[in-house]
Amino acid sequence: MKYSYFPGCSLEKNAAAYDVSTRAVCKPLGIDLVEIEDWNCCGATEYISLNLLASYSLIARNLAQANKNIGVDQVVAPCSACYLNLRKTDKYMHESPDLSKKVNTALAAGGISYQPGSVKIKHLLDVVVNDVGYDTIQAKVTRPLNGLRIAPYYGCMIVRPEFGASAGNGKPLDNTEYPMILDKLLQVLGAEVVDFPLKAHCCGGHMTQISESTGFEMIRQIVKGASDYNADLIVTLCPMCQLNLDAFQGGMNRHFKTSFQMPVLYFTQMIGLAFGMDAKALGIGDELVNARSALAKIGVEVPEPETPKQKRPTKEELPMPHMPKEG
Amino acid sequence: MTETSVSPPVNTISNTSFLEKVIAATPGESHLELCIQCGTCGGSCPSGADMDHTPRGLFALITAGMKDTVLKSNTPWFCVSCYYCTVRCPQEIHITDIMYTLKRLAVQEKVYDDSTAPDFSKTFINWVENYGRAFELGLMSMHMLKHNPFGVFKVADMGVGMITKGRMAFRPTRIKGINGLKAILNKAKELEVAA
Amino acid sequence: MTEPKIGVYVCHCGSNIAGMVDVEGVAKWAAENLKHRGVVIARDYKFMCSSTGQEIIQKDIQELGLNRVVVAACSPHLHEQTFRTACKNGGLNPYLCELVSIREQASWVHTDKGEATEKSKSIISGGVERVRWHEPLEPLRVPIHPATLVVGGGIAGIQAALELADAGYPVIMVEREPSIGGHMAQFDKTFPTLDCSACILTPKMVQVGTHPNIKLFSWAEVTSVDGYVGNFQVTIRQKARCVKTDLCTGCGICQEKCPKKVIDDVFEAGLGYRKAIYTPFPQAVPKYPVMDRENCTFFQKGTCKACEKFCPTEAIDFEQQDELFQFDVGQIILATGWDLFDPRRIPQFGYGRLANVFTSLEFERLSNAAGPTGGKIVMRDGVSVPKSVAIVHCVGSRDKNYNNYCSAICCMQSLKFAHLVHERTGAEVYNFYIDIRTPAKSYDEFYQRLLEEGTHFIRGRVAEITDAARKPDEEGKLIVQAENTLIGKQMRMPVDMVILSAGLEPRHDAKEVARLFGISCSADGWYIERHPKLDPIATMTEGVYISGVVQGPKDIPASVVQGAAAAARALGKIQQKEISMEPIRASINQDICSGCRICNNLCPFNAILFHEDLMVSEVNPALCQGCGTCVAACPAGAISGTVFSDQQVLAQLDGLLLTNLKRFEEVPA
Repeated sequence: MKYSYFPGCSLEKNAAAYDVSTRAVCKPLGIDLVEIEDWNCCGATEYISLNLLASYSLIARNLAQANKNIGVDQVVAPCSACYLNLRKTDKYMHESPDLSKKVNTALAAGGISYQPGSVKIKHLLDVVVNDVGYDTIQAKVTRPLNGLRIAPYYGCMIVRPEFGASAGNGKPLDNTEYPMILDKLLQVLGAEVVDFPLKAHCCGGHMTQISESTGFEMIRQIVKGASDYNADLIVTLCPMCQLNLDAFQGGMNRHFKTSFQMPVLYFTQMIGLAFGMDAKALGIGDELVNARSALAKIGVEVPEPETPKQKRPTKEELPMPHMPKEG
Repeated sequence: MTETSVSPPVNTISNTSFLEKVIAATPGESHLELCIQCGTCGGSCPSGADMDHTPRGLFALITAGMKDTVLKSNTPWFCVSCYYCTVRCPQEIHITDIMYTLKRLAVQEKVYDDSTAPDFSKTFINWVENYGRAFELGLMSMHMLKHNPFGVFKVADMGVGMITKGRMAFRPTRIKGINGLKAILNKAKELEVAA
Repeated sequence: MTEPKIGVYVCHCGSNIAGMVDVEGVAKWAAENLKHRGVVIARDYKFMCSSTGQEIIQKDIQELGLNRVVVAACSPHLHEQTFRTACKNGGLNPYLCELVSIREQASWVHTDKGEATEKSKSIISGGVERVRWHEPLEPLRVPIHPATLVVGGGIAGIQAALELADAGYPVIMVEREPSIGGHMAQFDKTFPTLDCSACILTPKMVQVGTHPNIKLFSWAEVTSVDGYVGNFQVTIRQKARCVKTDLCTGCGICQEKCPKKVIDDVFEAGLGYRKAIYTPFPQAVPKYPVMDRENCTFFQKGTCKACEKFCPTEAIDFEQQDELFQFDVGQIILATGWDLFDPRRIPQFGYGRLANVFTSLEFERLSNAAGPTGGKIVMRDGVSVPKSVAIVHCVGSRDKNYNNYCSAICCMQSLKFAHLVHERTGAEVYNFYIDIRTPAKSYDEFYQRLLEEGTHFIRGRVAEITDAARKPDEEGKLIVQAENTLIGKQMRMPVDMVILSAGLEPRHDAKEVARLFGISCSADGWYIERHPKLDPIATMTEGVYISGVVQGPKDIPASVVQGAAAAARALGKIQQKEISMEPIRASINQDICSGCRICNNLCPFNAILFHEDLMVSEVNPALCQGCGTCVAACPAGAISGTVFSDQQVLAQLDGLLLTNLKRFEEVPA
């Protein structure tokens, strides 16, 4: 399965671990990544705050460049913001021929063009769980992550807004409030997954630079949430989320006089570990909050199953409503 | 009779042109005119407690034509683009897109009280337009110098950590097709003004 | 065709038509230019539909011997009947009158007077050409069977059944659950009077159960409906109770002795238990229990049979099978009610994950003295009394993400809950609302009462309900996050318990049931009435009526009223012994019909039957509504409509295009 790869600016340096682990696990997963030639920044949430048409044009240049990969009609982005920007631009151009015309006029000044709908844009997690599939992944697990309690953290832009599939199959990637695909993936890798209510809450994006207290509070809620549920670590799928929760965790602790020590890793790093790969080769160790002690729990023999015993309901207790099977 | 100066009641319903302007400047169908002021957006917003007007409050001000108050508000700059408001709004209003519109309008008209957020975006954009990629060190240093010089001490730890772990680039990366990109962006800005 | 003598009457409709169309000019034009087509008189008048206007037509029919009438006025939807009746009273067959619309189709859609006038002339010309081909028709008279089928044993169905039965006519009532009573039987108190729901309902239930004119089938469903108004044949499947009703005394020993406890998902809203053999509640009508075979130990594993052992009258019958019954009825009233919106569809409210989030029906059962907690309002642990309760309005209603409509009863219900919580627990109550909707009698006074009781009202639609605490005083509580829009600030309210006023939705199988009875659902799933303002209980299918929430969310008084109205409508027809139906029907020329059967499945009213022996189709005139679908579809052109024959339509086209203005030497027969 071939995909045009759009790493995004973060993966160059500050989230190099994400890039390295992605490339490392794509091989066993059968994903062939062809980096988009001379790609540019997607503008994050900054460019569109000051320019509209220029923002779409900035983003569309990448889609036009992606088309240079002959025979590859899918684009994969590991960063949620890049994914959202690429997807949104393609969708809006598709829906408005007028916008498409204007963007292409701008692109023409650079000698390129982009026909909306000509590539399918997917987030890396989507490709892993849907195109590769849980069964394939489970079959390759050689070192199940037993003993590890993980809080899966989606962040916001991968599940909201509901763009559905670019090629118009219309179904959203996952539930916008209570997504489960990462939970399922981590379960397949053998970890104990924590039902973490803030898993799709926003990490705050650039908020630490705009209003420090606001930004830090958003980070604190998520780290505290995972900690309250006794998670050993948080697993994320976006470099901005990782930066906020990991790199700013110290600043947040200082601000609130808390002492959280919650490591934050990428889901690709967890896949790599479960596939028996070497931690260093997956960029583990790049995180500011050290993950070593958490990861040491992998493979620890646990005498009793971690799942809470089904306690006999008391005589007075009222039954809970039946929830559809999850996971 | 002593003259008391009483300000006349604000004629807030006569001016729908600001509402129309905001709708026109937002891509697609934003549905802003359908707002029933239910407050779901204000209730969902993670940074809502720190905004001077909640998103819902801002929409009431837009509908009332209070352009200055709206554009001076810190609301759109505190939006984190989490899209909770957009997916929960019972009238399917594209709230996040409207926030971006308000940011653009505020900058266009140079109407904002606190320049922290607009400057951050401008600084980010500068690097992108000259190199084709974001440059965090450049962004952070220019931003802190201008807006939070003493903050450098607070983030020193983090900075050192990032450098030690090899997560900090010291030089920006320039894409090969930077001239092409510049041409594209200039053309786009030209077309936007013309529209 | 006899020499046509056509009268043309152009209405001013005040200034509605005259303001944009030169009505006098048009009448004059018709008199001159359509003379050769049979127009003997053309008049204009201010209000043709008035009695004076009608008398003008009647006088002309009598004095000028008119045999066709064309009225150019408003839409036939409004006054076709008026003018047909006027002609009838003037001595002319009503179907020889044609009403053409020059209001909706000319005056109201033009801004240029000249253009509107010209179009009106064309429209009238079309009407004149068409009416030449009209035939005198007589309405069909169909006998009405005096029995009525009432589907659904909730309050609306009960009311309808009692009205009909008390009037002396037989009623067959079919209810899907083991007992009648519907949702109203689940409630604790009813707003605004705070009557005990079961206390006001059960006397009616008993009346239904003992009425000599009502045959009650509970634990039963209608499986097929054939026929047409006045003459329906319905098949009812009586599901096997495994209890012989002629022997059962309703003593309840079987329930007591049954060892298998099951969560009661229906009556107790999942909050309480019942046995595998059960009556849903003590005042059930009929009193006979039913066996839930999927949970009965005998049916699943082959052991137990405790009920049989202990039954004093040997009424248990494990071999009992479903039984089919067929009945002839004249009319059908559908009162099948509603299902609750499932709040699991709104994950951010935490229902199903957070223990102390309850739905409205769950709360009704908590509050009900006959419920799983004996009427004690407690939290999910069954013991603790809440000290603070949040009530959330508009859950799944007024929301384009779920249901666009307002569910009409939730505001009042939320106020009622607030009152009950105050009264029973003394807890602080917080109602989170967008608007307070209290439109009916004594409703707003009830809101006043709640204000006096110290209920806290927060205007803000709830954004999220969570147990993720941010501060120490939030630990261990449910936090309701919303914006207090009246002061413009986001707030987090820690409470012990949350009640979700979930909206009303159509039954999960409403579409299938509608199809069974030959009626339609709207996009939301509520059944479609004949006219939303003027005829909310009839449907487009003659003889089938709807009443209660199945027609749209409403409260108990409105449901009762609709039940009574449907019964009155049915009674009116029964007492006439016959009904007349519009003779606008399609008919199939069997000589031309090739038996291809394309029309059979196209008919939205299932009005076309196929004769296997003759290999031709036939339209049942009593079911046919004259929609014209089959007429258009027939590849052989074998079908024509009585008031929409090919000749009539083509003639009207000629008239519209004004090709008839050239003098015809010969008048086509």
